[in-house]
Amino acid sequence: MIFTSLLETAWHALTTHRMRSFLTMLGMVIGVAAVILMLAIGQGAQVMVRGAIESMGSNLFIIMSGAVSSGGARVATGDAPSLTFDDADAIRELPDIVASAPVSPGGAQLIYGGVNWNTSVYGTTPDYAVVRNWSMASGSFFSDADVRRGARVAVIGAVVARELFGDEDPVGKIIRIKQAPFEVIGVLASKGQSLDGRDQDDTVLVPISSAQQKIFSNTLRNRARFIMVQAVSEKRMAAAETAINDLLRSRHRIGVGQDDDFTVRNLTALAETAASTTRIMSLLLGAIAAISLVVGGIGIMNIMLVSVTERTREIGIRMAIGARRRDVLWQFLIEALTLSLIGCGIGLLLGIGGAWLVGRLAGLPVAVTAASVLLAVGVSFLIGVFFGFYPARRAAGLDPIDALRSQ
Amino acid sequence: MAKPAAPLIEVVDLEKDYPTGAGVFQALRGVSLSIAEGEFVAIMGASGSGKSTFMNLLGCLDRPTRGSYHLDGQDVSRLSSDQLAALRNREIGFVFQGFNLLPKLTALDNVALPLMYAGMGREARRRQAQAMLERVGLGERSHHTPLQLSGGQQQRVAIARALATRPRIIFADEPTGNLDSETSRQVMGFFSQLNREEGITLVLVTHEADIAAYARRRIRFQDGRVIEDVAQAELAA
Repeated sequence: MIFTSLLETAWHALTTHRMRSFLTMLGMVIGVAAVILMLAIGQGAQVMVRGAIESMGSNLFIIMSGAVSSGGARVATGDAPSLTFDDADAIRELPDIVASAPVSPGGAQLIYGGVNWNTSVYGTTPDYAVVRNWSMASGSFFSDADVRRGARVAVIGAVVARELFGDEDPVGKIIRIKQAPFEVIGVLASKGQSLDGRDQDDTVLVPISSAQQKIFSNTLRNRARFIMVQAVSEKRMAAAETAINDLLRSRHRIGVGQDDDFTVRNLTALAETAASTTRIMSLLLGAIAAISLVVGGIGIMNIMLVSVTERTREIGIRMAIGARRRDVLWQFLIEALTLSLIGCGIGLLLGIGGAWLVGRLAGLPVAVTAASVLLAVGVSFLIGVFFGFYPARRAAGLDPIDALRSQ
Repeated sequence: MAKPAAPLIEVVDLEKDYPTGAGVFQALRGVSLSIAEGEFVAIMGASGSGKSTFMNLLGCLDRPTRGSYHLDGQDVSRLSSDQLAALRNREIGFVFQGFNLLPKLTALDNVALPLMYAGMGREARRRQAQAMLERVGLGERSHHTPLQLSGGQQQRVAIARALATRPRIIFADEPTGNLDSETSRQVMGFFSQLNREEGITLVLVTHEADIAAYARRRIRFQDGRVIEDVAQAELAA
């Protein structure tokens, strides 16, 4: 028997029972649509997290003043930071380190003309731009010379630029940070949200020396709340961490058995954790959707079994006039496959449409990938074969005489 | 009457048992006979006499418990179920009492069905099916479904289907059982003509003497055995 005849026979059987075929397909439609939609949302979340990780900068350590013991944070708020600018410089000299920026963070009110804006201010060095992989939208970053002489210059984030200046070009303008006048020399390129949901563009960077003298009125000069460090590669991160620990312990004269007065954290590892969490969430969503696909497959098997019972006499007639067992097997298998693949097609359209709607209406990032489409089609095909085979084999195994006598 | 050398159908000591709750029911208890190509045979007997079982065995729908069956010199009991299906498709046509047409298919598609299983392409089989329908006088009705046809017309569609693959034997099981006497005469007349003009071997199962009278040989079954096997010429004498 030729393949086109099989398709013709299957198509005829399905179109003579339109309502039943439609209802049977519905399970597959919903299953495939759910898989596509869930994977799209999961993929979207992964894309978002990956973007946040990239904007954070790669191969990052953050070294914080104070220790975190097994009992929890032990550092009191009033304590002076244990890290110094010299620590940051010494770390930069280590073999696996690219850049090392001491940071002194704080909040401050900015004023330009009649507008004011509260934001976070980071006193730091030019290495910070390297570490955070932060490029300029306009103007330039401050230099090491600016840091040495405590220059009153500031680099502002995209949000600050928009809030204070609107359409005006901020570069060259004077703003007041806690009353002290600073010249804006650059605007940072936009990065968007960080992993913890903060707007990274709502910030002002100034030389760390100027921040301590003019803004935070810090009495403890040359001390940094934390140091951000970039290693040469992900492979060298473990070695770099050990080297940093050894260096700081010897510089801070911490004896054997004594607790550290600093904490080194691998930010890249933390980010990887966040990424794998999203991946697991995405897998979970997909798995739940896949269950509905399997339920749809069982629906197909159910209807095919009913159909085989109903059409026993037809099967007997076909066998009497020369249908071989495998012709009957194929007839019902192709019917099940046609149902599942048409259901899959409709489900794909619904799923992609639904993903688009979710993206538009809920503002969630969604990404329908070729892989998820291929997965849905492949699984539908397998389900059609798997759940179609049992009823088909039942039909093919009928005895022609019994089948002819039925009804 | 000269007998052809090789019989088309030859059965020896054919037996068929059916398991029942109370043990084994012997539907056939040793039947030996042969049918030559071109014969027109009526098989008669009361219900339960074994005639339908015999017919199913001859039609390759079932296999004997014991004994041998040679169809055109081929030992049928050795064939696989797929080979039997191919044999039914190629060599045998069936006409049933209840017509057994597929109700959702048109007359044309019903007649084309055996050709589909013979592996013929769509256009070719539709052409041949149309030709067969014209032969039974239903060329105009090819796109009607069975429910839109009368009983006699349905049986003619079934005959066209039986003839579609140009088989050598046609088995007809009570073909006029559901038809009125006028239509029965037409159908039987058509069978006689097929047998006379084309030499198709016809095996007819019936319990009606006037229908059996169309055949040239009569075989009577009782309790799973042949109790009478006569040529109609002798009957008439």
